[in-house]
Amino acid sequence: MKKKLLSAVLVTAMLAAMTTGCGSASGSGKASLKDGGKVLNIYCWNEEFKSRLEDHYPGYQKVDATTGKIGDVTVKFTIVPSDDNAYQNNLDSALKKQKDAKADDKIDIFLVEADYALKYVDTDYSVALAELGINDADLADQYSYTQDIVKDSNGKLKGSSWQACSAGLIYNRAIAKEILGTDDPAKVQEAVANWDKYNETATKVAGAGYVMCSVNDTYRTYSNNVSGKWVQDNKIVVDPNMKKWVDDSKKLVDAKAENTFDLWSDDWAKGKYPDGKTFCYFGPAWFFNFCLDAGEAGSIAADGGWGYCVGPQSYYWGGTWICAANNTDNKTLVKDVIKTMTTDKAVLKEIAQKDSDCVNSKSVLAELSSDSSGNLALLGGQNPYKQLADGAEKVDLSNLSKYDQACNEEFQKAMGNYFKGNCSYEEALESFYKAVQAKHASLTK
Amino acid sequence: MEKKKKSKVVSYNKWGIIFLLPFAITYLIFQLIPLLSTIFYSFFEYYDDGLDVVGPRFIFLENYASLFSSGDIFVYTKNTLIMWVLGFVPQILVSLLLGAWFSDPRMRLKFSGFFKTVIYLPNLIMASAFSMLFFTLFSNSGPVNSILLQAGVINEAYTFLDHEWSARGLVAFMNFLMWFGNTTILLMAGMMGIDPALFEAAEVDGATSTQVFKKITLPLLRPILVYVMITSLIGGLQMFDVPQILTKGTGNPQMGKELTTMTLIMYLNRHLSVSKNYGVAGALSVILFIITAILSFIVFRISVPKEGGKKHAPVQDE
Repeated sequence: MKKKLLSAVLVTAMLAAMTTGCGSASGSGKASLKDGGKVLNIYCWNEEFKSRLEDHYPGYQKVDATTGKIGDVTVKFTIVPSDDNAYQNNLDSALKKQKDAKADDKIDIFLVEADYALKYVDTDYSVALAELGINDADLADQYSYTQDIVKDSNGKLKGSSWQACSAGLIYNRAIAKEILGTDDPAKVQEAVANWDKYNETATKVAGAGYVMCSVNDTYRTYSNNVSGKWVQDNKIVVDPNMKKWVDDSKKLVDAKAENTFDLWSDDWAKGKYPDGKTFCYFGPAWFFNFCLDAGEAGSIAADGGWGYCVGPQSYYWGGTWICAANNTDNKTLVKDVIKTMTTDKAVLKEIAQKDSDCVNSKSVLAELSSDSSGNLALLGGQNPYKQLADGAEKVDLSNLSKYDQACNEEFQKAMGNYFKGNCSYEEALESFYKAVQAKHASLTK
Repeated sequence: MEKKKKSKVVSYNKWGIIFLLPFAITYLIFQLIPLLSTIFYSFFEYYDDGLDVVGPRFIFLENYASLFSSGDIFVYTKNTLIMWVLGFVPQILVSLLLGAWFSDPRMRLKFSGFFKTVIYLPNLIMASAFSMLFFTLFSNSGPVNSILLQAGVINEAYTFLDHEWSARGLVAFMNFLMWFGNTTILLMAGMMGIDPALFEAAEVDGATSTQVFKKITLPLLRPILVYVMITSLIGGLQMFDVPQILTKGTGNPQMGKELTTMTLIMYLNRHLSVSKNYGVAGALSVILFIITAILSFIVFRISVPKEGGKKHAPVQDE
């Protein structure tokens, strides 16, 4: 009797577990959009978009740290940091429940980054902008690369960004003067115009007791200029240009011309101050405002000590795209938020001037670069918008895959061990494959 | 008459069951069902690919086969045990010493209540916060390096987290700091439970304090020691938060082929964090469960001699 009871319990437990596990549904194809919702739910991973809305969206009233009001509609931000995939895990589970969620809990807008945009864009969880009523004419002034990132496999545009994150080399003017004899952006550009020249300059920089930057700073410049996708036919492929990053970086680390600090770590951030003895950072426009500690007394940025040039190769880094969630109940408002924040020229110019952001509008950037309105104090009065606009035209994004985030993160982590001399390139590569496969079980090496 | 008697007995039983129910139900929902479904899913291919779900598809032992064939699981078991031993040995020694001092009335320690609280404090901090603190302390430009540099001990910052033994040592040291207070209190409780008459008799017979410790305290403390060891071993095998935060989930440094601070649960977390691979993670949990059971059994066997074993079975002291 006891045994029977036990086996009955076991069987029910397993059946229960089985039935709950199978509840995944795939999309229906056509978006279902409604109006009249009382709460506009926005999912994001930091304060950036919230402060942009607060500062620049007409009629937005701040209520408290994570809520606001637009007319009668309450705007509710759900902010979950990206660390350890927490943002995506949270968003995924919310999106999967979206259909049955209460009206006030339905996601209306979620933000994505380029590294994993395809994961959301190429599904029915996101809505094509055309279905919202935003047409090509509205978006004509945007840079085409910013649209390539959020196009699904049928070519439908599923998101929009207010930023064009073309990036370049941000150098320390004082060190440039000491080593190159000039801090003029055009002259410095000549010294770092391609990777050979960059490496040459790096040796000089090291000779004078400085470091160029971290190997992880140059990573994106290489990874944006690859000849193929990270994953081809479910196979992880290391592009020749990634191998070049490894080889170049190893040489520079051995020569003490570059360090191996993780991006955003305390050690890495020391370069923002004169004592950090760092020649440059690689970054886009949001880096100026967001990452150089311009507000801190004594930082290089506070004294206007940085300069900007294009660097060895054009590339882009980061950026935030706004996507509309399927089954939203605030269709018109969602449309207006996306349209206003990413295409309204007056708003975009305001963003560029208040937040020194490089906005996603060819005409606004042209305007900014034509007069002194685009001069930035932290760059010593330099106007970087010409270079930024040129860079944005050159960005090529034909080699994105939905596995980029895992591959980029794990490749840098694994190669760090090789740079530090703890293991061989092959051994580091092996760890990289394993780490990516743990995140994406369907891939092979 | 007989019937009445019988019903009285039954009604007592009824109360027993009612009192047990809250525990039984909680255990069933939060422990037994998850446990069984973990074992169940370990036989399936079942993971997320982006926003799509792959499986569940029954593949029987393939998850286990893939875990063992890659060989990583042995390396990570070794890492876990090394870091546990590095932390546990000093922990038990320091705890024994402190326990002996605190429980010895002849020492007349002042402020012993204060110190008992202080040594327990590290355990009150969240392991992750503790780990982040150490990460900052031992970073290249952190305070430890700047003190060493200024004192002239080293010429250039020592990268603690890029060297095998300093990284493992830091993890072990943190675990030691967090748990020695807890162990001290357990051992002290055991020591105070020993009949004082034995100590007095030993003193009258002229035993030195070393002899007293070796011949009286230690043997009588055995059940508590076994308990401490088993619980610490189980906790040690599940070591996760400290190395995870300290190495940002990488298990670095990698020395040659091997990641040196990757523990079994960190490996499990790798399979869960992005791909939600319930199949492989489930298989890993089952293996971990079996390893824990075997090791606990071995420790139990070694520490409890057969003759006196029953008398001091650790179950009684739980």
